[in-house]
Amino acid sequence: MTKVLISTDAMSLALGSRRICALLAEEAFRRGLALDIVMIGSRGLFWLEPLVEVETSSGRVAYGPLKPSDVGGLFEAGFLEGKDHPLRLGLLKDQPYLARQTRLTFARCGIVDPLSIEDYRTYGGYVGLERALGSQPQEVVDEVKLSGLRGRGGAGFPTGIKWDTVLHAEADQKYIVCNADEGDSGTFADRMLMEGDPFTLIEGMTIAGLAVGATKGFIYIRSEYPHAYHTMSKAIEVASNAGYLGSSVMGSVRAFTLETRLGAGAYICGEETSLLESLEGKRGMVRAKPPLPALKGLFGRPTVVNNVLSLATVPWILANGGQAYADFGMGRSRGTLPIQLAGNVRRGGLIELAFGTTLRDIIEDFGGGTATGRPVKAVQIGGPLGAYFPASMLDIPLDYEALAAAKGMLGHGGIVVFDDSVDLSRQARFAFEFCAAESCGKCTPCRVGAVRGVEVMDRIIAGIEPQKNFDVLEDLCTLMTDASLCAMGGLTPLPVMSALTHFPEDFDKSPRVAAAAE
Amino acid sequence: MSVAILAAEFLTRMAQNLQPDQPSASEQYLGEDMTTYIQWNNDRAREIIAAHALFDGAALPILHALQFEFGFIHEEAIPLIADALNLSRAEVHGIVTFYHDFRRDPAGRHVLKLCRAEACQSMNGTGVAQDLLATLGISWGETTPDGSLTVEGVYCLGLCACAPSALYDGEPIGRLTLDTLADVVREARAP
Ligand SMILES: Cc1cc2nc3c(=O)[nH]c(=O)nc-3n(C[C@H](O)[C@H](O)[C@H](O)COP(=O)(O)O)c2cc1C
Ligand code: SF4
Ligand code: FES
Repeated sequence: MTKVLISTDAMSLALGSRRICALLAEEAFRRGLALDIVMIGSRGLFWLEPLVEVETSSGRVAYGPLKPSDVGGLFEAGFLEGKDHPLRLGLLKDQPYLARQTRLTFARCGIVDPLSIEDYRTYGGYVGLERALGSQPQEVVDEVKLSGLRGRGGAGFPTGIKWDTVLHAEADQKYIVCNADEGDSGTFADRMLMEGDPFTLIEGMTIAGLAVGATKGFIYIRSEYPHAYHTMSKAIEVASNAGYLGSSVMGSVRAFTLETRLGAGAYICGEETSLLESLEGKRGMVRAKPPLPALKGLFGRPTVVNNVLSLATVPWILANGGQAYADFGMGRSRGTLPIQLAGNVRRGGLIELAFGTTLRDIIEDFGGGTATGRPVKAVQIGGPLGAYFPASMLDIPLDYEALAAAKGMLGHGGIVVFDDSVDLSRQARFAFEFCAAESCGKCTPCRVGAVRGVEVMDRIIAGIEPQKNFDVLEDLCTLMTDASLCAMGGLTPLPVMSALTHFPEDFDKSPRVAAAAE
Repeated sequence: MSVAILAAEFLTRMAQNLQPDQPSASEQYLGEDMTTYIQWNNDRAREIIAAHALFDGAALPILHALQFEFGFIHEEAIPLIADALNLSRAEVHGIVTFYHDFRRDPAGRHVLKLCRAEACQSMNGTGVAQDLLATLGISWGETTPDGSLTVEGVYCLGLCACAPSALYDGEPIGRLTLDTLADVVREARAP
């Protein structure tokens, strides 16, 4: 039976893959053809979606982007034999967008059936866990240290060092918590991975549990991701039934169990201590640090809190060795970064590359410029707390330190492109508005500062007493940066001040009558 | 998720694929992809609370399950949860109000969650959203007078490479335009 594969990743669904799927089934039925339709995750080439792949003797031949009206023609053209059609793309792996990438964390996403353990094993799954089961906990931690892996959630803290702290903490119970709150605008890699290759995350968390001596894990998934939540919960069930989770992981007599939890629409719950409060069933109020979650985390026990991508990269590291991972990258940013290219861009998607590629390469070569065809004016990197950069600064390499040196941050690797219709004073205002809406309210600089920030920006945008209000704005930003308890309040000035620094003309709202009269 | 098809069977399966299955002990209800809410009733609420009370950190799982069933968190749920979890009413109230997801009033028959974050802004999401709200004559979080549609703003749905985007009764929609939104409104209003 011919195998036809189609992505039901949430972004593919948003582009209409469900309808294509239904039409394929109907058309096949009408023609009396038997098809094996497999719903998979996405490879992340979203501008080519919805697309279908047909398994042929020369590989999976792709067709896309498809409109509902294309389906009949595909059958006519003989797509089930991989024959020619105007939308025939050939093998996806030969697309330059994909061929140029280094897929380690995302090696299987969009290839395997997300809920098939057999598929997962066929494509190299659980090799890392087998190795971890045959090693001492300290050896596993050392391998992760050697890889140079840094937390992909935003702060870039070395994962191996965090694990070491938890390993050496004494406690009757320890936990692994996966931060799947992925709240940053412009990011979707955690979501794609959970929907397309959930066992990788399960394997990574299991390895983390063995490494630090934790027998229980939680995946905290934002409620905006119902599909990821559903796939992840299912995958846990499948893995448990197959003996990969439970009281004896792969027959080792070592226990590890997992549960999913849903967030409830609070950006701040991505901050790790707020997330822990929320998991405990409370308001997501940020905790003061110390104590570190590694020592006093969930229910007061030593806890590893890691981002989805940090944990999902661990199986590769264990399977291939820490050094092999560290061989990719630049400076202190080792390995690969799953970059998410989004917003006003022609070819948005997931781009996993070794650290060090320039922004220009990503936006121009991969992205092909803006979707609207107008010039790129600004890019925001690292989510709502990240800086805006002008088109003239696109030669910055993607690397934690290089972005920090340019007064920005890499965050979770999201890049949002804006064309020349954007007004950066409005974006600065939005940064405060967002902070006001999402602040946990625990400290004054953030809670009150954000509201003040909106007011000040309103006055600047209205052209009222500009100089005075610029001074207020700068003082406010300094106060928020210096005195906020967490990075929500502490980094909101980053988008604001970068907008002001790089796009001062957008903040100059003085009447232009005189200039026009000249 | 491989299915050797008969089209009819396949289509049913597909329709079910994204619906939550019967929740097992380790599973909670999904947030928002069902729109046939039932009338608030204390007994059913007690059952739901009891079914989730033994979870670690039970408050959120309980609140999600209640909202899934009733479409919002009824005032009367607060003392019930407080009792079950040994919390004060003020604490439970504090939890409900902290999280944007939990509604205090019934939702419309359909819910549209429109993204208001930066990537969607870059594709004129703000303009599209404002036009929609103006056409419907409501603001963020409100329900149309005929009870057909609640429009809520959210910050990012992870659909940023096909901005602007939304979830309509849990179903993702990308590259939103005024036309596609008009279709949504029409569908919501259909009896
Ligand atoms: C306001 C705020 C929001 C955050 N949101 C997330 C998030 O959505 N996902 C995430 O993994 N980390 C987020 N973080 C970072 C976490 O606090 C923490 O550093 C991270 O989960 C640790 O995992 P890692 O070391 O693997 O990155 C956020 C931090 C702040 C201050
Ligand atoms: S900075 Fe804002 S979010 Fe962070 S603790 Fe203070 S009030 Fe809460
Ligand atoms: S910013 Fe709108 S979906 Fe991410």
